[in-house]
Amino acid sequence: MKITPGGVVAAEWTKFSSLRSTWITTGISVLLLIAFGVIASASFSGDSLSAVDLALSGSILAALTVGVLGALLGASEYTTGMIRATLAAVPRRLPVLWSKSLVAGLAALVVMTAGAFGAFALGSAVLNDGVAALGLGDDGVLRTLFGAGLYLGLVAVLGVALGMLVRSSAGAIAILAGVLLILPGLVALLPDSISDPVGPYLPSNAGNAVMTLTQADGSLAPWTGLAVFAGYVVVALAAAAYRLKKTDA
Amino acid sequence: MIQVRELTKRYGAKTVVDHLSFTAKPGQVTGFLGPNGAGKSTTMRMIVGLDAPNSGDVLVNGKPYASSKAPLHEIGVLLEAKAVHPGRTAVSHLLALARTHGIPRSRVDEVLALAGLTAVAHKRVGAFSLGMGQRLGIAAALLGDPAVVMLDEPVNGLDPEGVLWVRNLLAGLAAEGRTVMLSSHLMSEVSLVADHLVIVGRGKLLADTTVADFVTAEGVRVVTAAPDALRTAIAAAGVTVTSTGAEELFVTGRSAREIGLAAATRGIPLFELTPQNASLEEAFMDLTRHAVEYEASR
Repeated sequence: MKITPGGVVAAEWTKFSSLRSTWITTGISVLLLIAFGVIASASFSGDSLSAVDLALSGSILAALTVGVLGALLGASEYTTGMIRATLAAVPRRLPVLWSKSLVAGLAALVVMTAGAFGAFALGSAVLNDGVAALGLGDDGVLRTLFGAGLYLGLVAVLGVALGMLVRSSAGAIAILAGVLLILPGLVALLPDSISDPVGPYLPSNAGNAVMTLTQADGSLAPWTGLAVFAGYVVVALAAAAYRLKKTDA
Repeated sequence: MIQVRELTKRYGAKTVVDHLSFTAKPGQVTGFLGPNGAGKSTTMRMIVGLDAPNSGDVLVNGKPYASSKAPLHEIGVLLEAKAVHPGRTAVSHLLALARTHGIPRSRVDEVLALAGLTAVAHKRVGAFSLGMGQRLGIAAALLGDPAVVMLDEPVNGLDPEGVLWVRNLLAGLAAEGRTVMLSSHLMSEVSLVADHLVIVGRGKLLADTTVADFVTAEGVRVVTAAPDALRTAIAAAGVTVTSTGAEELFVTGRSAREIGLAAATRGIPLFELTPQNASLEEAFMDLTRHAVEYEASR
């Protein structure tokens, strides 16, 4: 009997999968992704968006719910007091953060990748006549769909990091929504001389680059965008790790 | 074994634990007593490394807790009942803790049965009463078959049957050679099960003693017409006589029988001769009177 990294991951998976809220939040995330994709695919006509971009219309909202999933997982340790039992069992502490991130990230990656493919398949089936159909073999389609899964997986990790960092569900969710949804809108209001160079590097804009086929002007290249977003996640994780290690539980 | 050495914890300007040292030994039940706010819970959190001390250190089984390869096998703790995600079932909660150490599912069922929770194992913890929460916390503490069991106020919220269960359980664990430590603010509760007492007030050690030694603070109340004559009659080394009234004396170091005989041989009339065992609770109150953090106005 001893602590193993695999054991800590298994424990975090048990915690993750044994909560009803996990399944509800995950279900809502997939539902939003697919529902928005199908509705947009069926109703949009024009050539400014491709079939795969339409199929992923729900990704912005799905990002919020997936982030909430991660934030709840992280913050609930503190709001319920469970953290004391958790850290008494794993007194080195950091393995808990890594394992929780891994479990939430991988679960979101797998489910949301499947969701992205589902949205694309269903969206293509009901695609508005005004939009050119795309197949999985077309340029960039696979990258976009897998990119959506990777981005949403990373958003779940960001949620975990914020939850463990601020130790409050409401606080973590507010920060998450602010960063992903409100910040881009605020920066867009600034003069172009500021918003043009800064905008593409904002977390959600950078992440968006990897899951859009038709790149907006000034957007980062797909994988660069994902790497930039991953950088934000690493910073949040580092901050969470510092607080976890240095402060009283 | 838990060795607490010069442990100090400050929150801002307030010193919650103040150079506290004591040892909880294997095979004994150590009662950790003190009024509310005495620093008991903070000390217990520092023992398992949840809070970092400002100075001093703690060894669990001879080493710092965080360096252990199997912490749940070193020490099982109950720090707060119901510090559990309310949405999780009892069995999932224990399983999540067990998996960190590769403890098998069968052990989870074992501790659930031990705590009398088998029937509610698949119920969500949010629906548990405080007493059931305590039982779940104790089950979690026993999960890793630990050498040290440390419980913070374990009988809070338990029914009389549960209190008896905890008492027998702890005595049994100590008899198996484990170190058992439990905190309480109730002397009466601890005296029934503890061998060793560590009493704290305002974070400072007030007494490190045994239950037997702690209760020997007893004496005899005597009312007599001739207190001075009686004083002379019973004076000896180790005997203290204090005057508590015009005709009243309080004597320690002599039994009521000895005092009675001494008075009779000298023809000193006695009106009252009453052995007084200061109860544990009174002794505890006396000791902690000046160290009570939150006191009701009288």
